[in-house]
Amino acid sequence: MSLVGARVVRKEDPNLISGRGQFVDDVKIAGTAHMVFVRSIEAHARIKDIDVSAALECEGVIGVWTSENLELAPLPGVPGLERPVLAKGKVRFVGEAIAVVVAENQYAAADGAELVFVDYEPLGAITSLSEAMAENAPLLYEEIGSNVVMEVPSPNDHQETIDAAPHNVSMHIVNNRCAPAPMEPLVCLADYGPSGLTLWASFQAPHHLRNTVSSWLGIAQDQCRVITPDVGGGFGAKVNFTPELFVAPTLSKLLGRPIKYTQTRSECMTQMYHGRAQEQDVDIAFDDDGKILALRVMVFQDQGGYADPTGMGLPALTTTMAAGCYTIPNVSVAWKNVVTNTTPVAAYRGAGRPEASYLIERAIDQIAYSLEMDPVEVRRRNYIPTENFPYATHSEIAVYDSGNFAGCMDELLNIMDYDAIRAEQEENREDPSKPLLGVGFASWLEIAGFGPPGSLEGFGHLGSWESVQVRIQPDGSAIIYTGASPHGQGTVTTFAQIASDYLGIEFDKISVRHGDTATIPQGIGTLGSRAVAVGGEGVKTASVKIVERAKQVAAHLLEANPEDLTVEDGNFSVKGTPSQTVSWAEVAWTSFRPLEIPEDMEPGSLDTTVLQQVPNFSFPSGAYGCVVEIDKQTGDTRIRNMYLVDDCGTVISPLLAEGQVHGGVAQGIAQALYEEVKYDENGQPTTGTFVDYLIPAAPELPNFTASRISTPTPNNTLGAKGIGESGSVGAPPAVINAVVNALRHLGVTHVDMPATPQKIWRILQGGAK
Amino acid sequence: MTFPIEITVNGKSHEAEVDPRTLLVHFIREDCQLTGTHVGCDTSNCGACTVLLNGEAVKSCTVLAVQATNQEVQTVEGLAPPDGPYTPIQEGFRQEHGLQCGYCTPGMLMAGTALLNEIDNPTEGQIREHLEGNLCRCTGYEMIVRSIQWAAENPDGIPVEIGEGS
Repeated sequence: MSLVGARVVRKEDPNLISGRGQFVDDVKIAGTAHMVFVRSIEAHARIKDIDVSAALECEGVIGVWTSENLELAPLPGVPGLERPVLAKGKVRFVGEAIAVVVAENQYAAADGAELVFVDYEPLGAITSLSEAMAENAPLLYEEIGSNVVMEVPSPNDHQETIDAAPHNVSMHIVNNRCAPAPMEPLVCLADYGPSGLTLWASFQAPHHLRNTVSSWLGIAQDQCRVITPDVGGGFGAKVNFTPELFVAPTLSKLLGRPIKYTQTRSECMTQMYHGRAQEQDVDIAFDDDGKILALRVMVFQDQGGYADPTGMGLPALTTTMAAGCYTIPNVSVAWKNVVTNTTPVAAYRGAGRPEASYLIERAIDQIAYSLEMDPVEVRRRNYIPTENFPYATHSEIAVYDSGNFAGCMDELLNIMDYDAIRAEQEENREDPSKPLLGVGFASWLEIAGFGPPGSLEGFGHLGSWESVQVRIQPDGSAIIYTGASPHGQGTVTTFAQIASDYLGIEFDKISVRHGDTATIPQGIGTLGSRAVAVGGEGVKTASVKIVERAKQVAAHLLEANPEDLTVEDGNFSVKGTPSQTVSWAEVAWTSFRPLEIPEDMEPGSLDTTVLQQVPNFSFPSGAYGCVVEIDKQTGDTRIRNMYLVDDCGTVISPLLAEGQVHGGVAQGIAQALYEEVKYDENGQPTTGTFVDYLIPAAPELPNFTASRISTPTPNNTLGAKGIGESGSVGAPPAVINAVVNALRHLGVTHVDMPATPQKIWRILQGGAK
Repeated sequence: MTFPIEITVNGKSHEAEVDPRTLLVHFIREDCQLTGTHVGCDTSNCGACTVLLNGEAVKSCTVLAVQATNQEVQTVEGLAPPDGPYTPIQEGFRQEHGLQCGYCTPGMLMAGTALLNEIDNPTEGQIREHLEGNLCRCTGYEMIVRSIQWAAENPDGIPVEIGEGS
C-alpha cells in the first residue's frame, strides 16, 4: 500500500495530546538560573545613565549586566548596520535590550529588572516610512546619513509604455505590519560547561544557530550543541537571531550555571521580528480588453530599528513575484529599505510573497472595475498559459516551474456558486435588514521550495540543500535523521510516509529524528516551504540508495539477482516467484554480519546521508474565493465563505496539507481583517499584548471549503511544491477584494488592511474614499 | 513570606510552601513538575494554561496557587492513564488533525473536556463560542472544531492503529 497521498494520523500526536511534549521551557537542569531583560521604554534615545544598584540588592539576584560591564560582539547581521546585543549608548526601538538580570528564579529576575533605572535623552522617534524619508528627519544611523539604508533602482521605469497605454491605474498600497506570534514565545536554555555548550532553543534552524553561535563565541562547532526540541510554532520568526540566544550562553559560561530565558508575550510582541511592514506604489497599464501592458512597482520596506539580512531581502522576494500568474510584457521594479524606530522586520509566513500577491491581485481588480469587466474574466485574459512553462519572468531569480492557473480558477468556480452570490449581493443592497455582501478572488502564486544553490546563502545560511540520513537498524526498522526542523508541520509523519514507500518498510517501523546538531548531519532548517520539496526529496533519494544496497544482501540470501527483487511491506521477494521472500529484518540483521554478506560489501552499509539539492524553486499556486458580509450599521466584517483551491503539486499527506492551508488562510484572514502592529507618535507600541493585538479565536473564523488540483513540479521526483505559506499568500487579497466589492457601489476603490469595523463604519458614513 | 498549600493535582496531593504571588500555572509546572500545561501570554488571553479546577475550566495563569489550596486540579496529564486509552477528546484531536505545533493543545483539550462535560453534543457554534478564550496560531480552528465533534460522536473512543487513519 502506498502511503504517499494517504490519510495518515500523525506520529507526533501521542506526546503532544498527553502532555508529554518537550518544549524548551519543559527542560529542567539542576542549578539553572534565570535571566530577564531590561528593555527600552523609549523608541529613539541616547542612554545617559543606567543605575543597577537597587537591582543588585534585590533578593535572589545574582548579577546585572549591561554593555558597560559585558564585552559582546554585535549580533551577526548586515554589515554596517550591526545590532548590539545589549544597547550601546543609544536605543532604536521600544523593547530593545539594555540590561540583563540573572537571578535564582524567574520571579526574582523580574523583580531585579524592575529596579534597574535607565536615564534617557529622547531623540525624536520615527514611526513611519514617510517620516523616515522626510527631509531633515532625525537619523537612526548618523554615520550613514540617511534612513534609507539600501536603494535598488529600476533600469527602466516603462513610463512611455504606461503613458501610451489606453488605460492605467495607480495605487498606493499599505501591507500592514504583523506580529508572527507563535503560541510559544522565544525560549532558550544554555548550559556552558567544561566540555562545551549545549543550547536548547525554540528555533527553526538548529545548525544555522549552532554555526552562528559557535563562531560568535569563538568556539569550535563540535563544542557547541544546539537542540530544538518541540517548537511551539515559528512562522518564520524563529529563523532570525535575537540577543537572547547569545546572552544566555555568554552568561552561562561566565557564571558556570545553566541559564534559562523564557520570553513573556509582551516581550515577544516587541522583540520577535515583525513581518510585512511594506508600502508600495503600483502603476498598471492595460488595453481595452483588460490585457496588461505594463506593471511598475516601487517597494518601501520598513526594516525597523535594525536591519536583518532576511528583512533586507524581503523586497527582492516581493518584486520577483510582483507579476503573479500573469503574462506582463513590461515589468519595472525598484525598492528602498528604510529604518524606523520600530521592532525589526524579517520573515513572517510568506516573507515578501504575500506582499506581491496582494499588490497584483488588488491591481487586477482595479482593471476589472475600470473596464467594468468581471474580475474573473480579467484574470483569465492574462494568465500565463499552461503550455508556456517553464516561464521566464522579468526577474532572473524566478523561472516558474509549472502551473495551471486557469485550472485552479475552473475548480474554484466549480466549488462556489458565483452567480448565486452575485444575485444575493444585489438583493441585499436594497434590504436594510440584510448585510452587504462582497465576493473577491485571488489567483495567487508564490515562490517556495527554497531552494536552488545560492538561494538561502544570501540570507546567511550555509547552503540551500537539506540533509537526510537513513539508517537501517539491525531489526529492520529505520531511523531518518534530517536537518529539516519542524515546528508543527508534521515532518515526522510525512517523511515516514515517503520513506515507507521507497524503503518498503512499514510506517510504524520508521522514526524521524530532528533538531539536535549532535546527532543530525549538518542541515539547513524548516523555512520557505521547503521541508517536503527539498528534504522530502532527500528522503526518497536516500531510501532508493539504501534499497539498492539492501537488494544485494537480499539477493545473496535468496540466491537471486538483485535486479529481480521487489520490496514491499517489509519483505523482499523475487518477481514472478512471490514464495521466494526474505524479510527486511533478516536483510537488515545480515547487513551487519561480515561473514554473511556478499564479499564486496562493507558491514553496516545500509546507512546513507544525502545533502539533497534541487535545481530550481517551486511555485505553488491556487485560486481563492471569499464571500464577506458587512453589517450596515456597525461595519463589522465577517467571512461567510472561504473557497480554497490549492495546487502544490504532489500531496504527501492530504490531511496535513489541508491543515497547512487552513492555518495559512487563518493568518491571511487575520492580516486582512484583524491584525496590525501600531505605534503612537512617540514610537510606543499600542498593540503590545494579546489584549490590544487581535489574534483571531475560533468564533472569528469560518469553516473552509477546500479543494485542489495537482500540477507536479519537475524540480523533484516527488513532484511536491511545498504548502506551508500558501494560505497566507492567497487569503489577504481574496478577503480585501471581497470587502472592496461589497462597498463598490459607494464608490470605494480600496480599503487598506486590516478592514476593521471602525474603518468600514467610517466608509459607510460617507467619510472615506 | 511563604504560605503552606495543599493542592490535589490529577488525584495526587501536592504540598508546598509558596510565595503568595505564585501563579497556579507555575506551581503546576515547577512544583508538581507537570509541564504539559503551557504559558502563552501574560494577559489571560491565550488559554494555553487552561486546566480544570474542581471540574471547571480555568486559566491557571490567572489563579494564584494559594487560591487553589485544598482544591482539585486536573491537567492534560490527568486525562488518560499512561498506558491509555486516550479520552475521546484526545483521540479526536489525533483523528481530525486538531493540532500542529501542539503548544495550545493541552489548553484546547481541557477547554474541550469542560465543554463536553456540560453539553454532550455541542453544535459547531457552541464549540466555537466555548473556545473563544483559547488561541491557536496553527490550525485555523476548523480541525479543532472537528476534533471535538469527533469526541462527541465517539464517546467511547475508538482504538485506531497508528498509520491506518480513518
